[in-house]
Amino acid sequence: MSARLTETTWLDAHCEVTFAELTSLSGLAEAELRELVEYGALTPNDPRATQWTFSGECVVLARAAQRLRASFDLDPNALSLAVGLLERIRALESELRALRAQLPRRVR
Amino acid sequence: MKYKDYYAILGVERNADADAIKKAYRKLAHKYHPDVSKDPQGEAKFKDVAEAYATLKDPEKRAAYDQLGKHAPGENFRPPPDWGRQFGDSHAFEGIDLSDLFEHFTGHGRGAGARRAHMPIPGQDYEGAAHISLEDAYRGATVDLELNVSELDERGLMRRVPRSFKARIPKGATDGQRLRLRGKGGKGLNGGPDGDLYMNIALHPHALFRPSGHDLYLDLPLAPWEAVLGATVQVPTLGGTVELKVPPGTQAGQKLRLANRGLPKPHQGAGDLYAIAQIAVPGIVSDKERALYRELAASASFNPRGHFEEEVKHERQTH
Repeated sequence: MSARLTETTWLDAHCEVTFAELTSLSGLAEAELRELVEYGALTPNDPRATQWTFSGECVVLARAAQRLRASFDLDPNALSLAVGLLERIRALESELRALRAQLPRRVR
Repeated sequence: MKYKDYYAILGVERNADADAIKKAYRKLAHKYHPDVSKDPQGEAKFKDVAEAYATLKDPEKRAAYDQLGKHAPGENFRPPPDWGRQFGDSHAFEGIDLSDLFEHFTGHGRGAGARRAHMPIPGQDYEGAAHISLEDAYRGATVDLELNVSELDERGLMRRVPRSFKARIPKGATDGQRLRLRGKGGKGLNGGPDGDLYMNIALHPHALFRPSGHDLYLDLPLAPWEAVLGATVQVPTLGGTVELKVPPGTQAGQKLRLANRGLPKPHQGAGDLYAIAQIAVPGIVSDKERALYRELAASASFNPRGHFEEEVKHERQTH
């Protein structure tokens, strides 16, 4: 039987998820998610809003946080630090890729 | 069922205590965890390490595992006849592997199904990588994904099954982007929601274009006279060949921008294509060409190293 075609959603800045959706998608408890926000590892679209919403990129980060917590038994403070550092590495790698793309190759 | 030596996977003795097992796991997890490791085989290695640790860290699971006896890794084996009575449902051994056996092991005949009979259980999320070409990213594509996933059967036992997925990747995908396929993960049980499938986009390297986000970079070789005099040249883009005006006096390394000729952005607009000028020199020249170059060399006032002397003088004055 052939698989049915599925439509997809980008997990990017244009995709918005609620706090409840983010807990359900990441598998993190509400308290854990709040602590990640408190420590600055995740930033809501509007931190002053009464109902937090997050960009789709936060889904990727929160899921990584859940995997790290489960695999390394990290407490919220260490988890926030690890997630923050991973995000910095991702941003630096992306910048490095962009700069490498701009380097001319040898003319044949 | 194929045997896996969980002690060997963690690199510990069979009589290792809980602390030694935890230490060995942590060491290997630091090395192979997919979120921190650069090893291309890291994810597969970590899966084995995590599977071994999940069983050996739990005294009841570890005792049940030890009762299976010691076999050669990969050897086909059946649990001893009394194992099922002591630890679980003996009918559940058919068509499952060791990780399936222990993933929802509860011990003493209390099958996972019994404990979970009325609890809503969300379906598992799946992850997979879609390798696509730059052309696919430009136009959008339909990809087929084959994954070996764990699924709960009707008795609540985990089984590894092959699953095929067909997904539409909208145009404008970039390297490392994630897509979510809602409800395409494992089936939820007892009214629990189905899981999702997360797809990581990986772009194949292209012979001509190097992507940077939605922008593309292309090397544009120019003959020396094209760079000096300027020229109109044909340039390939993902949407077809276009004409590009190279201004007179173009230097090597200079970027010529072709607006909106990069990858389309998912919501609106498109990246740009940058042609990086490179001065290409012919490897073989005819006698006539050589004579013309000599004539040019004799009459040209241009000195590309003219700044050397000035820079050296400046350095001496400042230090």
